[in-house]
Amino acid sequence: MNSASLSFIFIDSLLINNLVLAVFLGICPFLGVSGKLETATRMGGAVIFVMLVSSTLTFGINRLLIAVDAEYLRIIAYIVVIASTVQLVEMFIKKTSPALFRALGIYLPLITTNCAILGVAMFQTFREYSFIQSLVFSIGSGLGFALALVIMSGIREQLNLADVPNVAKGTAIALMVAGILSMAFMGFAGLGSN
Amino acid sequence: MSKAGPSQASIFLNGLWKENPVFVQVLGMCPVLAVTNSVRNAIAMGLSTMFVLVMSSTLVSLVRNIVPKQVRIATYILIISTFVTIVDYVIKAVSIPVYKALGPFIALIVVNCIILGRAEAFASKNSVYRSILDAFGMGIGFSFALLCLGAVREILGAGTFLGVPLFGPYFEPWIIFLLPSGGFFTLGAWLLAFSLWKERRTRKATLAAEHAQELAS
Repeated sequence: MNSASLSFIFIDSLLINNLVLAVFLGICPFLGVSGKLETATRMGGAVIFVMLVSSTLTFGINRLLIAVDAEYLRIIAYIVVIASTVQLVEMFIKKTSPALFRALGIYLPLITTNCAILGVAMFQTFREYSFIQSLVFSIGSGLGFALALVIMSGIREQLNLADVPNVAKGTAIALMVAGILSMAFMGFAGLGSN
Repeated sequence: MSKAGPSQASIFLNGLWKENPVFVQVLGMCPVLAVTNSVRNAIAMGLSTMFVLVMSSTLVSLVRNIVPKQVRIATYILIISTFVTIVDYVIKAVSIPVYKALGPFIALIVVNCIILGRAEAFASKNSVYRSILDAFGMGIGFSFALLCLGAVREILGAGTFLGVPLFGPYFEPWIIFLLPSGGFFTLGAWLLAFSLWKERRTRKATLAAEHAQELAS
């Protein structure tokens, strides 16, 4: 069993090993929906929410699979659980809070293909986190994803006004910006060595 | 796609170059950035992805007329995750260091958009033979891109290629290339190089066309 303290797991997943900028998970939505600040905030919110729900569920599934000695089904079980979670969450939100549903819009179904969700589930299994640790890890990771997305979209909104050479427009310049951002986040690495 | 579709060679070459999944379509970025800090990891990841791509394309193409339209995506995901599980266990059996280095990213092949994308866009509409060709093309294109990144990052970041030192003892490795930000920079630079090359080619083509027009008039 992993014995890292909860606050360390939180800071680690939020800043030091930021999901997007250090572990490279969820790059597709990171590059895809970071064009506008508003959409980025919504996507971030949706991801935090789904991540929390799915990591709780996958924790239970993993225990169940270990109990029945069927660990080889892990990948299949996880992906099915995540896909159906997204679907359930979508229906639930639609029923209980139409306003939130409208705000999240298309981003909710898109999350199924976000590798960050499956990644968080796999990482918590790999590192053998306890239930509380998994919860903290998933909240930290979700917040970290939202943070990176919001910062990136802020930069890209400014970048639209800048005079970028034609060849570098689009993905290439976004990757360069992400690289610099990731370098900035490396500064947090010092927080980890105590 | 009609009977008079593209020839076999062009299906194969399509993924390799013209529609290279990484450099042109910019798909499947997560593994591209995450595991390319050494050539060995890049090759392992490229081969695993290619295996999953070829096998799942074959199976998807085989069952394309049996599976009802409503549940096709779920079926594809099940097929893909089955093969990913196989790869996961094979790598664990063959090489523990590679397994440790790739870690959870093997499982993440499931959500690699290239595989589901090819299943949906090509294998579900084409014969088995053509789907295999397409999957091989895409897989080799993907591995090639991984290799491009892995080579640059390992040579500059560690001064080695496949673990063999390339430079003398006075070489100071650029650690930044092994770190996450180096991945972003390298991929950005490759994309830049590609679009530069493409722009020059189109400019040359238009110049040649103008020149031909001038000569004709």
